Amino acid sequence: MRRIRWNTPLVTALTGLGLITLLGIVAPFLAEEEATALSGAARAHASSEHWLGTDALGRDVLARTLVATRLTLEMTLAATAIAAVTGILLGAGVWVSGRRVRELGLRLIDVMISYPALILALVIATVLGTGPTASVLAIGLGGAPAFARLTANMAASVAQRDFVTQARLMGVPPYRVLVRHLLPNVAGPLLVLLSVAFANVLVALSGLSFLGVGVQTPDYDWGSLLNSGLASLHTNPAEAIGPAVAITVTGVLAGFVGDGLAAALDPRAGRAKVAAARPVVTAPSHRAPGEALVTVDGLAVVLPDGTRLVDDVSFHVMPGEIVGLVGESGSGKSLTAMSVARLLPEGLAAHAAELTLDDLDLAAPGTDPKRLATEIGVVFQDPSSSFNPALRMSGQLSETLRVHQGVRGAEADRRAIEALERVRIKEPARVMKQYPHELSGGMRQRAMIASALLPGPRLIVADEPTTALDVTVQAEVLDVLKDINRRRGTSVLLISHDIGVVGTVCHRIVVMYAGRVVEELSAADLRAGRVRHPYTRALLAASPRLRDTGTGDRAPLATIPGRPPAPAARPSGCAFAARCPVVLDTICATERPRLIDDVACHAVRQEVQAE
Amino acid sequence: MAATTARRTTAETGWSTPLGPWGTLLVRRLAGLIAVAITLVAGTFLMVQLIPGDPARVVAGAEATPVDVERARHDLGLDQPLLTRFGTYTGGLLRGHMGTSFQTQEPVAEIIGDRLPFTTEIALLSVLVVLVLAVPIGLAVAARGSRRTDGSFTFVTGTVGATPEYIIGTLLVLGFAIELGWLPAAGAETVSSMVLPVAALVLPATCVMARIVRREAEHVLAQDYMRTARGRRLPPLRLYARHALPNLLTATLTLGGLILAGLLGGTVVVESVFAWPGIGQRVVEALLVRDYPVIQGCVLILGLLAALLNLLVDVVLALLDPRTLAGKGGH
Repeated sequence: MRRIRWNTPLVTALTGLGLITLLGIVAPFLAEEEATALSGAARAHASSEHWLGTDALGRDVLARTLVATRLTLEMTLAATAIAAVTGILLGAGVWVSGRRVRELGLRLIDVMISYPALILALVIATVLGTGPTASVLAIGLGGAPAFARLTANMAASVAQRDFVTQARLMGVPPYRVLVRHLLPNVAGPLLVLLSVAFANVLVALSGLSFLGVGVQTPDYDWGSLLNSGLASLHTNPAEAIGPAVAITVTGVLAGFVGDGLAAALDPRAGRAKVAAARPVVTAPSHRAPGEALVTVDGLAVVLPDGTRLVDDVSFHVMPGEIVGLVGESGSGKSLTAMSVARLLPEGLAAHAAELTLDDLDLAAPGTDPKRLATEIGVVFQDPSSSFNPALRMSGQLSETLRVHQGVRGAEADRRAIEALERVRIKEPARVMKQYPHELSGGMRQRAMIASALLPGPRLIVADEPTTALDVTVQAEVLDVLKDINRRRGTSVLLISHDIGVVGTVCHRIVVMYAGRVVEELSAADLRAGRVRHPYTRALLAASPRLRDTGTGDRAPLATIPGRPPAPAARPSGCAFAARCPVVLDTICATERPRLIDDVACHAVRQEVQAE
Repeated sequence: MAATTARRTTAETGWSTPLGPWGTLLVRRLAGLIAVAITLVAGTFLMVQLIPGDPARVVAGAEATPVDVERARHDLGLDQPLLTRFGTYTGGLLRGHMGTSFQTQEPVAEIIGDRLPFTTEIALLSVLVVLVLAVPIGLAVAARGSRRTDGSFTFVTGTVGATPEYIIGTLLVLGFAIELGWLPAAGAETVSSMVLPVAALVLPATCVMARIVRREAEHVLAQDYMRTARGRRLPPLRLYARHALPNLLTATLTLGGLILAGLLGGTVVVESVFAWPGIGQRVVEALLVRDYPVIQGCVLILGLLAALLNLLVDVVLALLDPRTLAGKGGH
């Protein structure tokens, strides 16, 4: 079981329940006499003597509410225990038994769980008659299916884990597997369900008593007190308030214990929404040529806590150019691309001295959505998750046309079919009527490109468009992108971790490492092996090629030792220094290299100056 | 590779059985419904058989002579063998006979015919209101929630969601009927009589449902396809209603179906609070005087209603999520 992380709601709710339990133990000794004493004044209003007034027989309502705590809690605990024990045994039994019985049992549990527990309780109350024992049994058994299902589900999921399989293979008997391996792993969710069940049982038991089916006079619990309170609602409303508050507060506290436990056991908990960090102001460098289509200057992508995931990134894309952004995962290449596409995940903020597509400011708030939608086409990494599974392809492919360009249904469909043909999808008319899950991965990615192309964008941002695809279809998808660029002159910003891919598709390559640009070079230089930065060199050496370009000799595949530093732990010097084969003791660890003459490396700089 | 081929075949033909995806779904669900109905019939029959002591004595009353008890026994058919009795019971059900009330001598089928419309009325209305309220609230909190709204959302839904219908009902009567006098406290004479019972049913269920919707919406909004949709810079209404909602409803209804079916249980209690002349109120009355044929009939009908509601949820799910139909299971 995971460690419980205590949180305020959990502690508060547990304390509250503890106090109520204490009250349940103590109250009968202190208030029993007052609760049964007939004061004479029936249905008296609340007064200093009787804080909640008196009931039909003139008994103090507050005292009765307090005394009833014990019986109510006892019944609730008993019924919860019955539900839990029966349910866990049932669930475990179903799981331990053979395949047939297990499947039938699971179906049965599912059916039972989808039935209102109260109706089941009515059935059991019919058999056993009215009274507290019958209600406890009825509500307890009514709550059992929930425990049975949780136990069976958890057992099934834990059972597939390796250590359980191993235990079974080693011949450990099923009941031992259950006790030693399964139960400890399901303990957390069971605790959560226990507190939720406690609240539900309390409400249901009180409900039965409230209906007159549960506890019978002369005994009384909160439910039966509420029942008599309802009868005198017109004369003394306070009589109903006492037990109502008691049931509600206890139920709500138990619910909060459940919430708190769930949060305390959730490994993903603790993620809080925080306000965005302040913008980072950088002076524009005006390095990019004036006719550039995309200009990125001094881009920083910042976490709410101020950590810079991408820092001081500058590059440009010319009209008709394919520019590749390459780097390891975590280098910030995708975040850079998503900043250009203006699709950063929530919580991340992009700041730049300049971030423009022609005259369109991509960093300003409230940029015209129509221009963004029509001038930038985005192709995402995973085509299987990037289409909406609930909508037909037709509705998704041409949505931009219909929403932003006022193209009507039939015309939009015709153009979508044309676009599908252009990316070499066979039977495009039928594909339009299909759902994404009915297409293959390669088809989906080509459809994604078709969708990005439809509004006639000036830039396509392709974020690792081939990573999730089979090698055989990768080339097809890249061909389609190249083809579009050649025929329509659409600029492409291609993001990839594969330096081989960018080398064959792009005109120019920007290499990123640890959130910064380390080198910018032409595809020709890359293919010829004329790379300068030691990181680019290492990337190239680590990239497998079937036909070696350049010199022709085949070097064995190299790996880059170590890992890039985490964004929050990037050094003040060169981020690659720790992994660099040509690191300089004097400067690399202390001073961050600037991008000069398209390369950011102290060692390269020194060499150039020496020549 | 084999899996891909199979999927393509399915995609080409559109379905994998001669019945088509809808036929398969309906046949499977109807079979389930029939199985549930059989279970309910057997259950309600056994329920009476399992009653400890002698039902004939209960029916005949406390001051009955042995002759009276014997007559009651014969009237109830209790002198027949178990299987004969089961045959008589199911045969009667098939012909629409559900026995007669011990207490009022009315035919149970008639009682149910009178009362069923009242129960379905508030139950269905409540289901609708819960969905109409909970889905937008949950979605809005997930989409736009700040830290502060998150906290108050959790607190309010946690509190109201854990408050039982009968307490909310009692408080509503106190506030709106007794103190303010705006709405009737009980009965079903006017349309306004429906407001308080439905409100009592809807308030806690909406809160529980809104929490589920919020959690599911956070999951849906983080999906890749929502980023794709955002990439098309759609107006917010289109983004949430067209792209998030269908996926959200799938997950929500799968979990929320339980809550919706649970509304039926709530109806039983709420009807008693508001003297609403539905099946729930009648079954409680019958339970108090051990009027077994009425209990049997009401429990049977309530169970069937729950089954129908579950079926409805399944059909809506299939309408919303094509993967459910294709049998691949969206979730």
